[in-house]
Amino acid sequence: MTTTLLRIATAGSVDDGKSTLVGRLLHDAKAILADSLDDIARTSAERGFGGADGTLDLALVTDGLRAEREQGITIDVAYRYFSTDRRSFILADCPGHVQYTRNTVTGASTADAAIVLVDARNGVLEQTRRHLGVLALLRVPRLVVAVNKMDLIGWDEKGFGDIEAEVLSLAAELGVQSTTVIPVSALQGDNVVEPSQAASWYTGPTLLGLLEDIEPKLNGGVARLDVQYVIRPQGALAPGLDPEQYRDYRGYAGTLVDGVLNVGDTVQVLSNGHPVTSRVKGISTPAGESTQAQAGDAIVVELDSNLDIARGDTIVAGELPTPQREFQANICVLDPVKLTNGQRLLIKHGTKVAAAKLSTVDYVINVADYSQHPADSLELNDLGRITLRSQAALAIEQYATSRTGGSFLLIDPTSGRTLAAGIIEENNEAA
Amino acid sequence: MTIIANAPTGTQRSVLDALEAESIHIIREVLAEFEKPGLLFSGGKDSVVVLHLLAKAVAPLRVPIPVVHIDTGHNFDEVLSFRDSVVEKYGLNLVVGSVQEYIDRGELTELPDGTRNRLQTRVLLDTIENNGFDVVFGGARRDEDKARAKERILSLRDEFGVWDPRNQRPEIWSLYNGRHEPDWHVRAFPISNWTERDIWAYIERENIELPPIYFAHTREVFERDGMWRALTPVSQPNEDEPVILKQVRYRTVGDASCTGAVLSAADTVGKVLDELAIATVTERGATRADDRISAAGMEDRKTEGYF
Repeated sequence: MTTTLLRIATAGSVDDGKSTLVGRLLHDAKAILADSLDDIARTSAERGFGGADGTLDLALVTDGLRAEREQGITIDVAYRYFSTDRRSFILADCPGHVQYTRNTVTGASTADAAIVLVDARNGVLEQTRRHLGVLALLRVPRLVVAVNKMDLIGWDEKGFGDIEAEVLSLAAELGVQSTTVIPVSALQGDNVVEPSQAASWYTGPTLLGLLEDIEPKLNGGVARLDVQYVIRPQGALAPGLDPEQYRDYRGYAGTLVDGVLNVGDTVQVLSNGHPVTSRVKGISTPAGESTQAQAGDAIVVELDSNLDIARGDTIVAGELPTPQREFQANICVLDPVKLTNGQRLLIKHGTKVAAAKLSTVDYVINVADYSQHPADSLELNDLGRITLRSQAALAIEQYATSRTGGSFLLIDPTSGRTLAAGIIEENNEAA
Repeated sequence: MTIIANAPTGTQRSVLDALEAESIHIIREVLAEFEKPGLLFSGGKDSVVVLHLLAKAVAPLRVPIPVVHIDTGHNFDEVLSFRDSVVEKYGLNLVVGSVQEYIDRGELTELPDGTRNRLQTRVLLDTIENNGFDVVFGGARRDEDKARAKERILSLRDEFGVWDPRNQRPEIWSLYNGRHEPDWHVRAFPISNWTERDIWAYIERENIELPPIYFAHTREVFERDGMWRALTPVSQPNEDEPVILKQVRYRTVGDASCTGAVLSAADTVGKVLDELAIATVTERGATRADDRISAAGMEDRKTEGYF
């Protein structure tokens, strides 16, 4: 059996026991080697954690930078790696307090699943609603809500049931398709990797068990490749290759972000002008020539006609909306700036970078309940609705259909800083 | 527990295929968007894998960028000759930044302990600036170290070469933004998400050649601080450190004066993978004396501009 990769993100704060949960997950999944454990044991003892019995402070596992250790805070997203016999995991550990929106957007944008922490003593808080709101906006395919510190409420079944019901109703309100709620004690290790002995009433999976079972969502839809790089040998062939064989070679390198592409497929090339039709003559994958590529493959496509295709153009097999110069989108501001009407920007969409202008700020969205409020500017960590104009027509899709076709960055044309992340949604009614 | 819906199922790609595709995507973005890229190449397994991925990303083209070796002068002979054979095989341009030349010119002073990893930073930054590189690829991985766990895939360095972990550019989806001020540069880490195990599994799958010191061989060594040090001109035992013959291999390749070997009988990639499956010590903890100085050893060097 092939092991697969699952990308997960965490959302929650130190107070919810997030660091301890991540530490517990890594520790019980045996991802921490002896020399690192020795460091943790030494620091735990120095700080008098758990008294004289030598208990480990597993929150130390996620300590990264000097300032984080000194101040007991988490500054930025940290990436952790662990694996079981069935699966390898990449965990983006997102800080919950400082700039939670910016960090959660960063960590969750590529996640197949996200873990949200809730303190069993507090239940669903404003912060929980905000975390779930951001994850819903990013359409993370699977949400796992870990109700932590169950030991502190005596593994009360009713207490857990109430929180579970509230979480599920909130998830439904936010339009999240798939949510699972698990009672855990990160400190004592219950239901993280090992099933709890304390709660016979709980018959569901452990956190790790669930993560092992989640199938990453495959990107279906219309086959789409944003051209990254045009490959024409012109005397620069790799050593050992025959120049005659590559005399007329012209390949379009890029990642097939959605769908399935076959040799022989009729494709449309979307560029700044009108779409051009062609046919796939050949597909090269990292493993060599192939007759088919699927979403996620980094490939080179050859077409059977010589066209003027450049980086930033999009090759699609099937129908895609006509490229647009003006559209509405939700954006999350990631930089300490003020975005206002008329502002000049750069947009990066797929592999195309174009001049753009923020036509209007339409409203700001309260991420906790998705309510809309009038606004004429957006600032750091704001989530808002804007109308944008682009100098080049962009092959946009709805984010719900295509994570790549429906997402973009807004960039400061002078400093080059990434100002905002954008998501193309038809409307915000059902998030 | 409630599951409302299940995600659709289908063909899932293997871990290595997923990592390979991500790395090639990153490499192509960088090659397309930057003016003058280089590849930091030490001959170590991680930089060898990045070069292999670079070649795949542009195939059938020749690798279109130079390789840059920041040479501590404390080399294992096997690694230097491996470097030269790789340059020959791929038809590459090689740029060398020599720590020894800086010391000979009096621009750098040897550290009291004689190790040179830390001295590389100045040479690295000068080499980047003097060659006009606006981006250099590196083989750093996030699983190596807790400071590296915080690294972006495209990591900005200011005019002083400084990494500011508290002010990193958000990195969202697969939309990489490498724009920067004119006197800044970018470090690109396309194998950020690979683990040591992934690297070895990929080396096995792709049959990638490595310097021979990565595999078990008999060598004159002495024990210092719980690490097996090779007997070389730059790594000499004290009187109370007897030199003995041991069967060893290296898990990392660095400054020969502070890189330790591990006792091992693994003489093939498959056997290295078997050993890794039961390893109890991290890669850097086992082999890098300079990372043991303090919990923030790597963070401090990185903020100065190190790899």
